[in-house]
Amino acid sequence: MVASPQPAARLQWLFGAMAMPRGWRAGAGPMIAAAVLILIVLSALLAPLIVPHDPMSMDALQRLKGPSETYPLGTDAYGRDLLSRVVTGGRISLFIGIGAAVVSVLIGLLIGLVSGFFRLADAIIMRIMDSLMAIPSILLAIALVALNGPSIWSVMSAITIPEIPRVVRLVRSVVLSAREEPYVEAAIALGSSMPKILWQHLMPNTLAPLIVQGTYICASAILTEAILSFLGAGVSTEIPTWGNIMAEGRVYFQLKPSLIFWPGLMLSLCILSINLLGDTARDMLDPRLKKRER
Amino acid sequence: MRFKTRNFNDVPSVLEINELTVRLADNDTAPPVLDRVSLEIRQGETVCLVGESGSGKSVTSLSVMGLLPRGALAATGGRIELEGTNLLELGPQAMRHMRARKISMIFQEPMTALNPVIRVGAQIEEVLDTHAKLPAKEKKARVLDIMNQVHLPDVERIYRSYPHQLSGGQRQRIMIAMALILEPQLLIADEPTTALDVTTQQQILSLIAELQEKHGTAVLFITHDMGVVAEIADTVHVMRHGQIVERAPVEELLRHPKHEYTRELLKAVPSLTPRPARSQPEGPAVLSVNGLQKIYSTQGIFSRRGATQAASDVSFSIPRGRTLGIVGESGSGKSTVARCIMRLIDPTEGEIRVADREIARLSRRALRPYRKHIQIVFQDPFRSLNPRWTIGRSLIEGPLNTGEDKKAALKRAAELLMLVGLPDDAVNRYPHQFSGGQRQRVAIARAIAMEPDVLVADEAVSALDVSVQAQVLELLEALQKKLGIAILFITHDLRVAAQICDEVVVMQYGRIVEHDSASNVLSNPRHAYTRALIEAAPGRAWDFANFHELQTA
Repeated sequence: MVASPQPAARLQWLFGAMAMPRGWRAGAGPMIAAAVLILIVLSALLAPLIVPHDPMSMDALQRLKGPSETYPLGTDAYGRDLLSRVVTGGRISLFIGIGAAVVSVLIGLLIGLVSGFFRLADAIIMRIMDSLMAIPSILLAIALVALNGPSIWSVMSAITIPEIPRVVRLVRSVVLSAREEPYVEAAIALGSSMPKILWQHLMPNTLAPLIVQGTYICASAILTEAILSFLGAGVSTEIPTWGNIMAEGRVYFQLKPSLIFWPGLMLSLCILSINLLGDTARDMLDPRLKKRER
Repeated sequence: MRFKTRNFNDVPSVLEINELTVRLADNDTAPPVLDRVSLEIRQGETVCLVGESGSGKSVTSLSVMGLLPRGALAATGGRIELEGTNLLELGPQAMRHMRARKISMIFQEPMTALNPVIRVGAQIEEVLDTHAKLPAKEKKARVLDIMNQVHLPDVERIYRSYPHQLSGGQRQRIMIAMALILEPQLLIADEPTTALDVTTQQQILSLIAELQEKHGTAVLFITHDMGVVAEIADTVHVMRHGQIVERAPVEELLRHPKHEYTRELLKAVPSLTPRPARSQPEGPAVLSVNGLQKIYSTQGIFSRRGATQAASDVSFSIPRGRTLGIVGESGSGKSTVARCIMRLIDPTEGEIRVADREIARLSRRALRPYRKHIQIVFQDPFRSLNPRWTIGRSLIEGPLNTGEDKKAALKRAAELLMLVGLPDDAVNRYPHQFSGGQRQRVAIARAIAMEPDVLVADEAVSALDVSVQAQVLELLEALQKKLGIAILFITHDLRVAAQICDEVVVMQYGRIVEHDSASNVLSNPRHAYTRALIEAAPGRAWDFANFHELQTA
């Protein structure tokens, strides 16, 4: 007998009765991924406190040095500390990744709910979404940067806008099937207003797939940011991001490959662990996959 | 009523199940799903396995087929012997060899049991392919032959059809053809007619009987419907909680049931005799429908198909405190009418008056204040409550919409739960913690919470076991007496209609073919379709609740 909604009941609310995993038994892979991700996020958050040097300060005497006690990973072409730059670079990369995921999921959720429930709106919205999907994010980024100059915000909108249609389609498909459920019809019969039905009955159904989709968007946004910076169409070059550090290191690749190796390693680890966690979330939230495994 | 009375004493047995025990795979402490089930089926015999949902009927049949869900259920004891081999000891390869050749199975839902993207002819051939090597011509000849045997019309055309192009009855015939093409000794039929209309059900039952006689197949027939049992069974086994509580030849079981549970089960079967007429109520109609019409037209750029008349010229009215039943087979338009009246879909034409207000033409927004006068209870109690919401939250949704105070609404929700026979602390629980019957009570409470004038029950008891069905019908009746609501009761089941309705409307092809008092419709049907429906009702000559033939006065 449950007196008040307990943690288990809250999870139930979020993911529905069917999808509740029997035990949160994740394998070793997801655990390692979670640990790596937490480490990267924490170090990025605390970067100003823990880095040994100012990531921006140049020292002409210390150009392209190898690892030493003062510079654990060596220095770049301007004599800046590579470790400090890589750790600080994670701040922008993660901010863009998480920001793009949150913004596109939120906007996509709203549009998707409306589009899934109202026939007329659906016809119009989905055609707009189709055309949005046709825009490659890199091209859009180059255009936006050319218009507004390089900034975090142009990069983030360039990444977010093409992701929105994918979220909209996902939400719409969930709403389309959920609206046929008798409990939604019962709510209509009880005189509930459309916004109320949308938000209280239908929206919770979309949360589980959205969480999974969010992780994928996050990973791909981090990657796209790195690509854009590498191409010179991203965040302005003096701000350290993983993409920028690699772009600068490219010139000295023959001389000092570690300039590309360390930010590249961080990038891969970060994306790998986010994707792995996303897969785990999907397996746990999808009742069908769970059954097959057992 | 004529029962099958063939004597099977000297006939060799085909299948012997001996003390079969099945348990949950990873849980030895839980009570077994099947508890020492023993059962024997002899050549040409039809053994019926009856029981309510969760009694272990299907698990028994799946064990025989070797199809227990791996990792979830496991047979831990006993033997299943087919011609001297213990099926439980066979490996997957040997078991596959057994299937279709020795034992085969037909399922409840022929649409999901057939592959939707393969032509049915090819699907039957596939069964042949896995078990015999035949030249293509001979193969096709055999498939066409079996399709003829199951009385499919125009077999050449159906051979090339996809499942969705066939009717439910035809699909079930295809399933039977697939099951019998290799002439197995044993046919397991798991609720094969439950998803079908009564007239189709009758045809399928007689088809199974005919083929059984022709090939001498033994049949294990799983059903929850006592009427079907009375029609086809030689021997009946009654199951409950994974145990067989009673076994007897059919006539003996129906005439002299020994076990208490069997008696309960039989008593719960609603009788086809209409209940005594209630006195005519005074007062005007609370719901009146006039010339209701619903046309589905498909307007596409690429296709221009004709419009479908789902309902046309439907008129009736219900006064306060009375129950009107709409009876018909699937596709007769009865649900369309219910959904039009609820304004879940918009009627094409006609008028609907609820509590003296014309609602057929109101816009969705203008309609909302009037929704409280008419409420609906759906068929599937597992889907009609939001699984993420507590019972309490579901119950107060309506009252909150009409501006009631939350605290007062919650207090009333607890009272309503008592009224429908549930503990009042159910308010804080979630739907999955309740059984189907209990959920249906919650759904009724939710509708009653709005204090409606009219309650629409759309197949509200069809998904429930008979004993639960009887309880829910009683509840509806008690509520009607207490609150004076009018009930529009939509059902395909004549027995249920006979028990609860004052008046019955019979629908066919979207039109009302007969409209009269329940006793007139059931005892003096005037329309040929009504007569066909009544004649197709299985076990109609038997009074199950009183264990004897129906007395025709």
